[in-house]
Amino acid sequence: MARQLSGQKETPLLEVKDLQTGFKIGKDYYNAVEKVSFKVDRSKIVGIVGESGCGKSVMSLSIMQLLPQGIGKVRGGEITFEGRNIEKLSEREMNKIRGKDISMIFQEPMTALNPVFTIGYQLNEVLLNHENINKKEARQKSIALLKSVGIPRPEKIVDEYPHQLSGGMRQRVMISMAIACQPKLLIADEPTTALDVTVQAQILELLKDIQKVNDMSIIMITHDLGVVSEICDEVIVMYAGKIVERTDVVKLFEEPKHPYTQLLMGAIPKMDEKKDVLDTIEGLVPSIKDMPQVGCRFANRCPKAMPECITVTPQLLEDDVDHEVACLLYENSKPLERVGGR
Amino acid sequence: MNKVETKKGSVQEKGLEKETLLDIQNLKTYYPVKGGFLKRTVAHVKAVDDLSFQIKKGETLGLVGESGCGKSTTGRTILRLLKPTEGKILFEGKDITNISGSQLRKARKDFQMVFQDPYASLNPTQSVGDIVSEPLKNFKKMSKNELKEEVLDLLSRVGLPPEAYHKYGHEFSGGQRQRIGIARALALKPKLIIADEPVSALDVSVQSQVLNLLKELQGEFDLTYLFIAHDLSVVKHMSDRIGVMYLGNLVEIATNESLYAEPLHPYTQALISAIPETDPSKRKNRIVLQGDVPSPQNPPSGCPFHTRCPMAKEECSKIKPALKEVKPGHHVACILY
Repeated sequence: MARQLSGQKETPLLEVKDLQTGFKIGKDYYNAVEKVSFKVDRSKIVGIVGESGCGKSVMSLSIMQLLPQGIGKVRGGEITFEGRNIEKLSEREMNKIRGKDISMIFQEPMTALNPVFTIGYQLNEVLLNHENINKKEARQKSIALLKSVGIPRPEKIVDEYPHQLSGGMRQRVMISMAIACQPKLLIADEPTTALDVTVQAQILELLKDIQKVNDMSIIMITHDLGVVSEICDEVIVMYAGKIVERTDVVKLFEEPKHPYTQLLMGAIPKMDEKKDVLDTIEGLVPSIKDMPQVGCRFANRCPKAMPECITVTPQLLEDDVDHEVACLLYENSKPLERVGGR
Repeated sequence: MNKVETKKGSVQEKGLEKETLLDIQNLKTYYPVKGGFLKRTVAHVKAVDDLSFQIKKGETLGLVGESGCGKSTTGRTILRLLKPTEGKILFEGKDITNISGSQLRKARKDFQMVFQDPYASLNPTQSVGDIVSEPLKNFKKMSKNELKEEVLDLLSRVGLPPEAYHKYGHEFSGGQRQRIGIARALALKPKLIIADEPVSALDVSVQSQVLNLLKELQGEFDLTYLFIAHDLSVVKHMSDRIGVMYLGNLVEIATNESLYAEPLHPYTQALISAIPETDPSKRKNRIVLQGDVPSPQNPPSGCPFHTRCPMAKEECSKIKPALKEVKPGHHVACILY
């Protein structure tokens, strides 16, 4: 796994800078994502892990500009895709990017596909929208796409409806739609959570293959550290709307630095070791309304918390080469250059 | 592979000393498929097809398998929430397969269930105190004060504060709701608890809290668990013995150690190999099964797994292999052995 050490040489595919996304509750906005910065390099798989409510899905919706209108809003920061600021694009320009350059697969393939149209119709829709081809060519291409994601009898399946397929097959259809226009970035939001283990294994293999063949980048949003270690190159760990740790996948599993990451890893039962008592994280994630504005958001559950954790907000700093962590235990870390300006 | 030294693992070795709590013999549960003009039964979904196993007192038997393999139906049939089509269920030697009415009501005191979805399994109009005291009101004569004391004791045992008594289900998080469900199941001091995917709706950090709690309570209340889950690492963590189900059949059953050290059935091997490795430096070449689980309405002839089995031979489609003991305590249903 040769990592490009610096992103300076070429502009990263996607860069998110100090992103703040808020939701309206009553009259006020509360931030579900608070000053999150990261980048995705070309042909890399970046995993975003965290428990429910940590803001990982909200972040992906912010990138796609698919936040529920009037409720969710990007309130600060910048999202740059190939050097273009997504926020400044018109809806029409965004429509061109969405589905073509950036596409997304969702957790629940049953609800993401339209039940009243055939698979072929839904695939054609994507192709006809973004590519200059006629209906006949689109159908041919749809069949080829279904074949490429490992669907048997694609000529027949193309005329079937979503309910006629199993969960794994539906997810394959979703993937074929997402890669129809050879996107540069694929956002996969918990793509295997609703699937059985053997089917999950199939889908992960498929995603890996497609990533190589199409040479695209993937943002893999998941709560499952197993999935992360299986396919990601780089990992971002989120807690309560903030990034607590970022590094490459090997380092994260070898030497998790943030207490939250450490506990998260101790909490999963492992296949190759016997442990009578699993690690637990006491307490709960603070609710979005009473999120502490200063201090570390994990402090109330952290076994290593110090008095200053409540008063000093930890910054995401580079503690080791390519290993960033936001925790006061690692205060000697150097500030990050690329985030800068804070 | 005789790695059965731990105190719990020895249950299997000295199996004869421990009493059998639950004995399932050739259990079948079919769901009728209605169709046609007169809504006659046109076919059956064979959710559980000829299942036999025993659970010893104080032991945890894990049942794993993919969705639709019949593991939940098995749990529900044992609780007699569903009527078995054929076969026998013996609880402490008593046949409970066909009992009904007040007899069944009495018997149910001894086996309780913890459900998968903590959001759906608690009545939203009842306070936690009502939910947990409901089983007690039904079976025990207690004064109001005794009842409240008992409920508060139960709540504290599952790690909930006394304030929870007057609150409602929606005021709690998923993990806490699951604790309420556990307190309710414990109320009558049952002998057997069937836990149907008790942690699959929870986050990892909360999942480990609930798993630890279940283990702790097992010692405290001398419980026997039938632990149903699709997550192999969770099942491994919890169980003494594990049964692997595929399409309503038990394809392999063995002690925890034996099953993971040396899985014999090709399906078990594929299932174990499909678990994502939590060490990225050890990314493995896994056995990726092709295709999907066939429909239980029309299961394949012979071995149910032969359509996806990488090692299938011609005779696999003709002979349905029976479960047989290959090593002490390790049973497998495959013609390779």
